[in-house]
Amino acid sequence: MEFHRPETLYEAHTHYCPGCGHGITHRLVAEVIDELGVREKTIATAPVGCAVLFYDYMKFDIIECAHGRCPAVATGIKRMLPDRVVFTYQGDGDLAAIGTAETIHTANRGENITVIFINNAIYGMTGGQMAPTTMLGQYSTTTPKGRGKNAEGAPLRVCELLSSLDGVCYLERVAVSTPKDVIQAKRAIKKAFENQLADKGFSLVEVLSMCPTDWKLSPEEAVKFVNEEMKKVFPLGVFKDK
Amino acid sequence: MSRKKDSRISFDIERCKGCGLCVLFCPQGNLRLSQKLNTQGNPYVELIDAAACNACGICFRMCPDVAIEITGESSDSTVEKTSQQDRPSGKAGSDD
Amino acid sequence: MTERILLKGNELLAEAAVRAGCRFYAGYPITPQNEIPEYMSWRLPQVGGVFIQAESELAAINMLFGASAAGARCMTSSSSPGISLKQEGISYIAAAELPCVIVNIQRGGPGLGNIRASQSDYFQAVKGGGHGDYRLIVLAPSTLQEAYELMMNAFDYADYWRNPAMILGDGILGQMAEPVEMKPYSPILNIPSKDYVLDGCKDRAPRVIKTLILKPELGLVTHNEQLQAKYRKIEQAVRLCEEYEVADADIIVSAYGIPGRIAKGAVKAARGKGIKAGLIRPISLWPFPKKAFLKAARTAKQFLVVEMSQGQFIEDVKLAIECKRPVEFLGKGGGWYPTQEVILEKIEQMLRYSKGAGQ
Repeated sequence: MEFHRPETLYEAHTHYCPGCGHGITHRLVAEVIDELGVREKTIATAPVGCAVLFYDYMKFDIIECAHGRCPAVATGIKRMLPDRVVFTYQGDGDLAAIGTAETIHTANRGENITVIFINNAIYGMTGGQMAPTTMLGQYSTTTPKGRGKNAEGAPLRVCELLSSLDGVCYLERVAVSTPKDVIQAKRAIKKAFENQLADKGFSLVEVLSMCPTDWKLSPEEAVKFVNEEMKKVFPLGVFKDK
Repeated sequence: MSRKKDSRISFDIERCKGCGLCVLFCPQGNLRLSQKLNTQGNPYVELIDAAACNACGICFRMCPDVAIEITGESSDSTVEKTSQQDRPSGKAGSDD
Repeated sequence: MTERILLKGNELLAEAAVRAGCRFYAGYPITPQNEIPEYMSWRLPQVGGVFIQAESELAAINMLFGASAAGARCMTSSSSPGISLKQEGISYIAAAELPCVIVNIQRGGPGLGNIRASQSDYFQAVKGGGHGDYRLIVLAPSTLQEAYELMMNAFDYADYWRNPAMILGDGILGQMAEPVEMKPYSPILNIPSKDYVLDGCKDRAPRVIKTLILKPELGLVTHNEQLQAKYRKIEQAVRLCEEYEVADADIIVSAYGIPGRIAKGAVKAARGKGIKAGLIRPISLWPFPKKAFLKAARTAKQFLVVEMSQGQFIEDVKLAIECKRPVEFLGKGGGWYPTQEVILEKIEQMLRYSKGAGQ
């Protein structure tokens, strides 16, 4: 077996922290795009967050969106160019805080796009504030005593939330914290893109990802945090599969 | 050129950020971080025993930076690989 | 034989857009512009276009960002509070130098206000309601004939200059009906091909549309200077206003939109009474037709600004004449409408005062 840099991934060194899940997920998305042969008809939306520089790493047309608005922008693109492959790549603040309405309504309309949702339970780029998916008791710079049920409420479970919507075709939660998880994550991502190619409708893959820097953990400890803490609150699995 | 080649596996030393995920998940425990630092100030991945590596690709899968690449093998080394796979695996705890 | 039709202003704006090639509309219901999304909902599918009632005004403007990036002539509409919601998106579209058309059918504000017409969004439209140094091409029709034509022109301006364009209307314009000659669409500019469109990187290098410029450190300064250079060019090229009986006028009345039309009536009535009144009615609010004002200020003795606000447009009139002449204000925000009689009365009052003061 050979393992090489996918064609779709530029050779740029990434700005991501050591052990960050973005790097793994970028590579998986690039591999899937290579394998499906759709690089030249792919148009993606880049979020605001650590992945704001997404367009420095991926070799296809990309538009940088306002925070949270990727699904709306993707809707505009896909409706005008329905035969292109249009996807969003978003973090937890982008997708589940400021962009919640766009996420829900784009899913509800059943827009035929793919959404790659990176859930690291924290706001990375801005230095570690609470995310909608920060877990109860978890420290963040804006929840120094830990997220509280009575103040901040419980974390949002996006796959569960969206699973009630008719317009959604496919929802799966995966992780990139073990080799087995990485393999499953790639399968889910591939399926989410294949669904779009088959005009099956809105597909979202939620990827539990390490954030060593803002969790104040080593990469090895961060892996453990995903496996032993996050997976309990955000169970892996398929939540919808039409 | 910052690439180091050990059997089929090659490491881009300057690209490696020393995160250690590959070290953590190598089923043989055959990877380590170097004592030296690259120009970015990171320790980088090295193979402990080049002959023992069976190029399973788990390190590649876990690497966020594509600092590891694994190339194809000749038919001779296929025979070699089979005998390597008969060796007991070194590190417990991987999920593969 | 040109088609003549009787439609409400809102419907007319929508029809004009479709005839000018608009093929994507996203919007949200808000009074007094609801007829625009309602009209588009059946009209756009007829021409193979896309209509989306978005989940909010801000979702709508972001859908435009995408549709425009994909190369479509696209449009949104709203009224004052909804336009406030769109400001971030508009800033992004201007920064990315993408075309789109935004229609504001102004209503009373601030806050939820009321649903009467107003002109209280002038600052928002012309001084850049969103963050950053950018400009919108802002056009203000005062008749439905003008609305029909300016709406079509707006798409040409937007595409040619790669900039958002705004039709600044108001609730009266949106709701009134009058016959209009539906001239066929004919571009007023030679639009270059859209070589920035994101449609998949087949046979070309990938394109990126972004507005974050971190490197080089002052790269954003350069980008801003490029935008400003473009705005200077637009200021040279686009200067629309109506000048009526200005040459020998002692008093210049100035208003835009519906009050501009009412003010013209007042000027005509004043002339009938032997008063040397004139009208300068800006049609492009940005760029502002400064030259017409500056020229008139050489000979006219005073100016009267009429607007349905607490005083926004008046500032640009004062700036345009470099404060060389006194400028009186007649206006209120919150749904007050001027009448010909009230304006004429004000003109006469101004003349009485200036005679009495020995000017």
